[in-house]
Amino acid sequence: MKFEDEPVPGYPLPILPGHTSPGRFERVLRAGQFAVTTELDPPDSADPEDVYRRARVFDGFVDAINATDGSGANCHMSSMAVCALLTRLGYAPVMQISCRDKNRIAIQGDILGGAAMGVCNVLCLTGDGVQAGDHPQALPVFDLDCMTLLETARTLRDEHRFLSGRKITCAPRVLLGAAENPFTQPIAWRAQRLAKKVAAGAQFIQTQWCYDVPMLRTFMQEVEQLGLLDKVFILVGVGPLRSAKSAEWIRTHVPGVHIPDAVIARLAGATDPAAEGRRLCIDLIQEIRTIKGVQGVHVMAFRQEHTVAEIIDRSGVLDGRVPWYPGRDPQTNSSRMAS
Amino acid sequence: MYAVRQWSVRHARGLNAFYSAFESLLVALDPLFRRIGYERLDRPMARMEKLTKGLLFDCRMCGQCILSSTGMSCPMNCPKNLRNGPCGGVRTNGHCEVRPEMKCVWVEAFDGAQRIPGGLERLRTVQVAVDRRLTGKSAWLRVVRQRAGDLA
Repeated sequence: MKFEDEPVPGYPLPILPGHTSPGRFERVLRAGQFAVTTELDPPDSADPEDVYRRARVFDGFVDAINATDGSGANCHMSSMAVCALLTRLGYAPVMQISCRDKNRIAIQGDILGGAAMGVCNVLCLTGDGVQAGDHPQALPVFDLDCMTLLETARTLRDEHRFLSGRKITCAPRVLLGAAENPFTQPIAWRAQRLAKKVAAGAQFIQTQWCYDVPMLRTFMQEVEQLGLLDKVFILVGVGPLRSAKSAEWIRTHVPGVHIPDAVIARLAGATDPAAEGRRLCIDLIQEIRTIKGVQGVHVMAFRQEHTVAEIIDRSGVLDGRVPWYPGRDPQTNSSRMAS
Repeated sequence: MYAVRQWSVRHARGLNAFYSAFESLLVALDPLFRRIGYERLDRPMARMEKLTKGLLFDCRMCGQCILSSTGMSCPMNCPKNLRNGPCGGVRTNGHCEVRPEMKCVWVEAFDGAQRIPGGLERLRTVQVAVDRRLTGKSAWLRVVRQRAGDLA
């Protein structure tokens, strides 16, 4: 699928009727396409080329790139800066905002600033606790929670005012997202929690890693019963596991990640566990795709980002569609740049 | 105290009923409070709240109590101060990501809310951002003033 007005880096697209952002990601979702997003591991560096290099490995296979905000409470280049660099080249970043490091004054400023830099998608997160990262001695802020953060962003966008009530002259035109983890306690309440996020303003959801499809199915049925399928786009988190050992480590050390024993056994029995991990990821994507209400996958391949293109390619979920990337349509770009 | 806090969640139904009755009593006392002056009453009342709610719920004196909307499990005990539900890091055993020895306050809240009539419905309400200026102030007097129409 191609839009006739694909972007020229630095020039905003028009906002289509019924859309809240000028972004390409929202266009793909609203066009009913199966969307693919991924996560960029932000560099521990001040070199923009480090960001571009990390983005290029996804070229042609993803619709949007999440820029994490100190994920795992580790310090990296800021989400806002990564996004600003990516928009310069025309990429569609998802700016992640976590409540851990910033209060409501800083967060609102970042939403305006991000939108001014061309960010069209914002993912509102609570954030990991500081104990998880490399600066456990830091002050955890948590002035807002993900729900009030969503409401705050929606207030800026739809009511054209800050939380204080003060008017803003140009509202940030952003698509709002949130995270959900259907695979952890209290499981019976997870779909309700999603409903709450939708009520607070979430338009798309990216879930935690899914390795348990039956559990996801149950969750999606509950989501459907709550009448949410036409109110929110759900992208299910997936990712390749490197080996049985690393899977075991993740499930014991990363809170909220659920990996069934069968998955670990499958990896343990493989001669090439990394290849089997990618195969498993492809199998999961193909199975997840058939579940009613799932509108995409969010590939989180931490430190295996180079495998994302291959995984998406082999899964066939793009159906031959080539998501925009810098240099995909050299002719269109140069002619429009000239005009 | 953690053990008492867990007891409170197990007895969420009774405590909630008591709370509602107590609230009505306080609201009835509004004329008296008004004569004495709410400002003057705030400190002694806050001290009393700290004692009682501190014992029962490990109250953190946020000054804007929503216990009856959170199954009598105080959300300010969540290390992330989440007032709208659990984060994604809850452990498989239902314990907290940040403090593994503690049960997630939202797993507790979900449990407590099921014991209160209409509790689950109230759990679904999106709570507004905390007003940090109210920290340490009396939440009860604030409720009374709101119910009596004194505060917007």
